[in-house]
Amino acid sequence: MSELLQQIINGVSMGSIYALIALGYTMVYGILRFINFAHGDVFMIGAFVGFFVAPLMVPLVGGSGLAAAVIIMLVSMAACALLGVTIEKLAYRPLRSRPKLTVLITAIGVSLFLEYGGQLVFGPDPKPFPALIPSTMIVNSSFLVLSSNSLVVIGTALGLMLLLRYIVFHTRMGTAMRAVSFDHRAASLMGINIDSVISFTFALGSALAAAAAILYGSIYPSINPLMGLFPGLKAFVAAVLGGIGNLYVAVIGGLIIGLLETLVTGYISPIYRDAISFAVLILILLFRPSGILGRHEAEKV
Amino acid sequence: MMLEIDNLQVSYGAVRAVKGITLAVDQGQIVTLIGANGAGKSSTLRAISGITKASGGHIRFDGRDITALPAHAIVALGISQAPEGRMIFANLTARENLAMGAYLRRDAAEIDKDIDYVFAMFPKLKERIDQPGGKLSGGEQQMLAIARALLARPRLLLLDEPSLGIAPILVRTIFEKIVEINRELGTTILLVEQNARMALSVAQYAYVLETGTVRLHGPAAEIAVNDDIRRAYLGEH
Ligand SMILES: Nc1ncnc2c1ncn2[C@@H]1O[C@H](COP(=O)(O)OP(=O)(O)O)[C@@H](O)[C@H]1O
Ligand SMILES: [Mg+2]
Repeated sequence: MSELLQQIINGVSMGSIYALIALGYTMVYGILRFINFAHGDVFMIGAFVGFFVAPLMVPLVGGSGLAAAVIIMLVSMAACALLGVTIEKLAYRPLRSRPKLTVLITAIGVSLFLEYGGQLVFGPDPKPFPALIPSTMIVNSSFLVLSSNSLVVIGTALGLMLLLRYIVFHTRMGTAMRAVSFDHRAASLMGINIDSVISFTFALGSALAAAAAILYGSIYPSINPLMGLFPGLKAFVAAVLGGIGNLYVAVIGGLIIGLLETLVTGYISPIYRDAISFAVLILILLFRPSGILGRHEAEKV
Repeated sequence: MMLEIDNLQVSYGAVRAVKGITLAVDQGQIVTLIGANGAGKSSTLRAISGITKASGGHIRFDGRDITALPAHAIVALGISQAPEGRMIFANLTARENLAMGAYLRRDAAEIDKDIDYVFAMFPKLKERIDQPGGKLSGGEQQMLAIARALLARPRLLLLDEPSLGIAPILVRTIFEKIVEINRELGTTILLVEQNARMALSVAQYAYVLETGTVRLHGPAAEIAVNDDIRRAYLGEH
């Protein structure tokens, strides 16, 4: 029983990280109807920004502790927001009126560019991610090992999700995002600048990926330029699990993937940790490919 | 002239929908654009709003060439549209739809006043205000589309077939409100209609479109008694 509880806590904290990444896929899909396959690599850049900014915090706020962690996360979020907006402007926007497949292939190109550009700039070997979040044991019995780490991860992710919900459902920009996701033309008839809304969406999704990366680094404190691949793919599976495009469903998908992989690791074998997500992906591809390849909507005129 | 369209052309690939239309709308007027299905009426309105790009010709608003402006910039100049098919955001509540109509405005207090104004105009909307747009009936959606376009406080309001697909009793109400908007708010209106009789009864000036060209234009009262028009569009013999 206690082991199960332990697994669930671990699963939820991993799952909330996947959920943060999945939200970026879902938001971009909602607005542009395409999968931004470079999203996982934006997550990777987020981790590297954290890695390089962390040492700068020593003279500033003493290196570790809450203040440093918050500043590092905010800097990484801002940097990735900028990166996401830039990727959209340079790589996707010129192709806006082209077939979705063209944009999809471009996204894969951007992904490879970031991965191999990352290897060139940062070097291919893993680097130790600094311990930003104090990992004191809150409960440490034979029953349950509960570190502050997982609570911080879950709490931060939850806070960001609530913030996102507020933005999307209660602000002027968020309402515009929902309007654009429903119909670009109708939205532009309202005076909404579609390009600005798309940029904002990329900024938001990329910032969440960066936050996810900082949290991820506190669980797996080793980063490398290819680290975005698996979390990116898993979050993608999470996003398409319940049919892509809905924020709540993406969060639930993230939690399911996180729990599933933790339970499989704990009760079956760690060998299947990554495999389980891909098994889920294959099942989705077999049974609801439309959820991934885009719903068959009548082409809007 | 508030709006001047000069030799406008709109094409969809090989389909030439608008083949050189010239028309003008004077400030304060209701001008109607009538014609059969496929005549190019909606294409003309979409080109004015900038959601379909003109392939030739010029559109000027207050003397300024707006032909190449992006749609959102055209709204900012004071042109809003209740488009064909209403284009209500089904995923937003009626209230949020109205808020999107006022997207470019920052005068919250004035926006509230305008919302009260459209509630007074269409009391039914007030009852349905927290429903998702997609749950509204066709007639309610049409009222919402007009109200939403009004929330932009346009100087020129484009209405594309406000009578399409709604109950006859409501058609009358909607036309009354169109006149009311024009009289009370001083909004200039360019009204596209297949319901030529109704449109001619509220407009001061009319253009008759046929296969992408202006076949005839003149004061609405004269067009309404033109024999050819009566046969072709008013179902009289
Ligand atoms: N998106 C589109 N793609 C291709 N053809 C179109 C499109 N929209 C309209 N058309 C064609 O352009 C012509 C004019 O259409 P439209 O402007 O909608 O006319 P109206 O509003 O007077 O019925 C029609 O022949 C119509 O089939
Ligand atoms: Mg039409």
